[in-house]
Amino acid sequence: MAEYSALSLLKNAFTGNKDWKPAWRKPDPKASYDVIVIGGGGHGLSTAYYLAKEHGITNVAVLEKGWLGSGNVGRNTTAVRSNYLLPSNTRFYEHSMKMWENLSHDLNYNVMFSQRGCLNLAHTPAQFDDYARRGNAMRHLGVDAELMTVAEIKRLVPALDVSGSARFPIFGGLMQPRAGSARHDAVAWGYARGADRRGVDIIENCEVTGFLRDGDRITGVSTTRGEIRAKKVALAVAGSTGRVMQLAGIDKMPIESHVLQAFVTESLKPIIDTILTFGMGHFYISQSDKGGLVYGGDLDGYNSYAQRGSLPIVDEVMSEMLALFPGLARVRMLRSWGGVCDMTMDGSPIITTGPLPGMYLNCGWCYGGFKATPASGWCFAWTIAKDEPHDFNAPFTLDRFHRGLVIDDKGQGATPRLH
Amino acid sequence: MLITCPYCGPRDVIEFTYQGDGNRQRPQPASQDLDAWNAYVYDRLNPAGDHNEIWQHSGGCRAHLRVVRNTLTHEISSSGFARGDHKAARHKLEAKS
Repeated sequence: MAEYSALSLLKNAFTGNKDWKPAWRKPDPKASYDVIVIGGGGHGLSTAYYLAKEHGITNVAVLEKGWLGSGNVGRNTTAVRSNYLLPSNTRFYEHSMKMWENLSHDLNYNVMFSQRGCLNLAHTPAQFDDYARRGNAMRHLGVDAELMTVAEIKRLVPALDVSGSARFPIFGGLMQPRAGSARHDAVAWGYARGADRRGVDIIENCEVTGFLRDGDRITGVSTTRGEIRAKKVALAVAGSTGRVMQLAGIDKMPIESHVLQAFVTESLKPIIDTILTFGMGHFYISQSDKGGLVYGGDLDGYNSYAQRGSLPIVDEVMSEMLALFPGLARVRMLRSWGGVCDMTMDGSPIITTGPLPGMYLNCGWCYGGFKATPASGWCFAWTIAKDEPHDFNAPFTLDRFHRGLVIDDKGQGATPRLH
Repeated sequence: MLITCPYCGPRDVIEFTYQGDGNRQRPQPASQDLDAWNAYVYDRLNPAGDHNEIWQHSGGCRAHLRVVRNTLTHEISSSGFARGDHKAARHKLEAKS
């Protein structure tokens, strides 16, 4: 019997729910491990889980500065999609999508993955043509994509202003039906529990303060809970990548840290049953299972390590929402928050060995890291275990910028705030 | 966030365009030093703390400014013309005075 099942729910109901085990232990750090993963967010936890599950490496510690899942895995807007243009991105994110489709079963933990589709709105014939091109590129690689007319969009999202008098009239859209959303906290908790049950030590409130070195080679970390040695040290610290790399003596990276805000409204009756993106600005919206509208827009636009945003973007995001849904003008916003995103120079991630011996690097998720969580951990675990990348993450090197092999899906160039 | 422009005084951040890391050194146009060009285009300091950066007052006098701003608190400790650092522009200023 799986630990969580209908039968176990029933059994524990009869015994007053007193016999549940904690989902993960709170171990003290050991003196050494085979692998240390720095960062107890989605990517760090999934890396530890797949190291144990796929590669049999269970002598692993995940070090988390705060509490588990306190960073971007709990701050994103939960969209999962694989609607990219460039083949290396599409293959990687489609691998992730396939893992999402079986994730709840794999983890024996309900991540509430709901494939409600993701619809990108087009507002001009040129933009519609561009979406047709992207849709064709996706279908070439076996990913689902469908063009939608205004009439179809109106049927799908009746609350949307599809009239010709809208500020930016809608011309059509590109739909990925298999895209969807998941409960982000459950993803962190499910991976944490899965890793813990396989022997991984998850150590919270343990901040890395420096690296132990033997010459160039990284041999461990010093932390607020003492020194810990390891054969391999893997970084999955997202927005803090610059700071942690500086501890290792690497000052410059092809990364800028920027803050991205997200917002949620009071609960409403079902009104949007897909993920919708605006094509004449940067805005995306979906509705959570509780009924709140979850939405966001652009980065604040300048380097920031503050996990909070500024008001001009709030103003801009609200006006974009009203351009699409004038009927939401009087809905009240409940919460807003910010997360620090590690923006790369081409908008694509980095999963690689190095750059120092004994070090492995997973970063550069820009603001699309949540959907990558399963494949990122899976590929990173492969890279750590075998000391070479899997085909899926082989293009995501750190030196691709200096070698002219950038993966710039949006074609924005080396301007991180625009990716 | 208010940025103080030497011409226009303290103005709201929405009037400015961010142009990023001000520590980057652009090689001479004729330079064939690939590493220097790569470093200029792709490598960033990205500190958590005081950051030396370039902003343009694009919604105002259009001057380029060099601003030192803390990336944790957004406190601005100094701002001035970026061209003060620029050799050609400085020669012009000196010639005028």
